[in-house]
Amino acid sequence: MRRDAQAVILLLVGGGMLRLAWTGEYLNYVKPYAFWLIVPAGIILVAVAAITGWNAWRDKQEAVDADGCHDGHGEPKVAWLLLAPVIGMLLVAPDALGSYEAERTGTVLGAEENRSTYPELPDDVDPVPLTLLDYAARAIFDEGETLEGHRIQLRGFILYDGDEPQLARMVVSCCAADARPVKIGFDGEIPSGLEPDQWVEVIGEYSPQQGRDEINGALVPYIEVESITEIPSPENEYQ
Amino acid sequence: MPHNDSVSADLASPESSSESPPLAAPRRRRGLTSIEALALLLIFGLTARPGLTEIFAAPVAQAWAARFVAVCVQAFPFLVLGVVLSAAIAAFVPAGFFHKVVPKRTVLAVPAAGVAGAVLPACECASVPVAGALVRRGVAPAAAFTFMLASPAINPIVVVSTFVAFPGDPEMVAARVTASLAAAISIGWLWARLGKTEWLNLPKHRHHDDGRWAAFWAAIRHDFLHAGGYLVIGAAIAASLNTLVPETWLAPIAEHPVLGVLALAVLAVLVSICSESDAFVAASLTQFSPTAKLAFMVVGPFIDVKLAAMQAGTFGRGFAARFAPAAFCAAVAASVLMGVIWL
Repeated sequence: MRRDAQAVILLLVGGGMLRLAWTGEYLNYVKPYAFWLIVPAGIILVAVAAITGWNAWRDKQEAVDADGCHDGHGEPKVAWLLLAPVIGMLLVAPDALGSYEAERTGTVLGAEENRSTYPELPDDVDPVPLTLLDYAARAIFDEGETLEGHRIQLRGFILYDGDEPQLARMVVSCCAADARPVKIGFDGEIPSGLEPDQWVEVIGEYSPQQGRDEINGALVPYIEVESITEIPSPENEYQ
Repeated sequence: MPHNDSVSADLASPESSSESPPLAAPRRRRGLTSIEALALLLIFGLTARPGLTEIFAAPVAQAWAARFVAVCVQAFPFLVLGVVLSAAIAAFVPAGFFHKVVPKRTVLAVPAAGVAGAVLPACECASVPVAGALVRRGVAPAAAFTFMLASPAINPIVVVSTFVAFPGDPEMVAARVTASLAAAISIGWLWARLGKTEWLNLPKHRHHDDGRWAAFWAAIRHDFLHAGGYLVIGAAIAASLNTLVPETWLAPIAEHPVLGVLALAVLAVLVSICSESDAFVAASLTQFSPTAKLAFMVVGPFIDVKLAAMQAGTFGRGFAARFAPAAFCAAVAASVLMGVIWL
C-alpha cells in the first residue's frame, strides 16, 4: 500500500470517528463518556493522515523518478480491512440494538444483586422517574419496599416474550457488544397493538407479581400499568 | 461485510499495476492510487448505499453491524493511545534507557515488568503495540510479554471497575489482581526458559534519517494501520459469535463446577470484551460460580480472538500460535487456584 493511500485510510477512520461524535450517533455504539476518547483519537488520526499526505507529496516533489517510489512498500495489506469499519460507520450506520437482541438475551438484573442501599424515593415528585434497572432491582431484591405508595414512570422499548409484551432497555457497560437487556412485565390492562421496538413511557405502580426469563432463569418484575404512551426514541437508547 | 472485499480488490488492483514497470503508461502516474481509492469509495458510497441499507436491513445483520462498529469505535481510541506510546518509546526513549531500568537478570526483570504494568491505564488494545516497541528497544521478550499480559488486568482503571462491579466483595478484586499477576509472571518465566527468538517475527520499521519526529509519526501510521487491520478481523469474529451463538447454550453448563469455569474461560476468549468493562459482564453472569467469573476476568485480558489477531500481527503468527494456548492455560490455572484459596 502506498503512503498516499495510507493517508486516505487514516483520514477516513479518523474522520468517521469525528463524524460519529459530531452527529451524536456514537451513542448507538458506546457509552457517553467515550466521547472524550473518540474525539482526541479522531484528531490524532486526522493529524497523522495530514502529515503522511504532506510527506508523500513533498517526497514526490523532491525525487521525481529515483527510488522515491518505494516509500511505504511492504506495508501490510491487512490495513485495507480498516475500510470495513469505515463503511460500517459512514454508510451502513446500524441502529442501536433493540428488541431483536433483547428477545434473545437473558435479563441482566444479576449485577444488581449485591446492592446494599435502596434510598427512599422523593415524596414531592409524582410520578417518580426511575431507570428500568433501578425499578427491577428495587422490585426483586428489596421486595418493592421503597416502591410502595409511589407512582412510577419508566421509559423503554417494547419487546414480545411469546405473545406477552414486555418493557425493556439495553444496559451497556462498555460498548454495544456487551449490551444486555433488563426486562419488566406489564400487569393489568394494556393497550393492544404495541409494536416491537416502539418506545413508550409507562406510568404505574409496583406490582408484587414476578415472572421468569426463560433464557437465563432470572426473575422478571412486573409493573401495574396505569397508562402507556408512545414516545420518540431517546438520544441515548442504552443505559 | 460482503461488499468490502470487492472494494478492497478494486482499490488494490490499480495500485499494484502502477507499481509494476510502466509498460503501457508513457510515464509513471504517481499519486493516482489515493485519488482513485477515494473516488472509488465515494462512487461506491453514493451508488451502493441503498443496496447496503437493504442488505443490512435484516435484524440479525443490523445487530451484527452494530456490534462490529461498536467494538471498533470502542477499541480504536485505546489502540491510538497504545501506538502513540509505542511510537514515543521508539522515537524518544534512548536505546540505553531500558538497559539501565530493567534488571539484568530475566528472573528478576519478569516480576518487575509485571508490577510495572499497573502504570499503563488502558486496556489490552494499547498494551500489545507498547510491548512490541519494548521488544524492539531491546527489553527481554519475557519481560515485555509479562508487561503486556499484566497491564490490562491490574491497572487502576480495571481495579476500580472490578470493585464497582462487585460491591461488597473486595476478595474478588484481590483475587483478580493476584491471579492475573501470577499468571503473567509465570508466562514470562516460561518464555525465558522455553521461548525462542526465531518464533518472533517483528515487522521491520523503516530507518528514518529525517529525525525523531519523522520517525514518531511514521511509527504511529505504520502501527495503527497494521494492528488496526488485525483488530478489525478480531472485531468481526467477536461480533459474529456474539450475534450467532445463543445464550441459552450456557444455562445447562453453568451448574457444573468444572464445566462452568471452562465455559466462561472460553466465552471470555470468544466475546473479546475490553478489560475495563469485563467485570460488569462477569457480575451479570449470576448462574456461574465465583471461580468461573474470576476465570472470565483473568482470561479476557490475557487472550481473546481480537488480541490473538493483534498479537499475530505484532509478533508474527508462529508466536501467536504458541503464545495463545499457553496464556489461556496459565490464566485458567491461576484463577482456579485463587478461586479454591480465596472465593
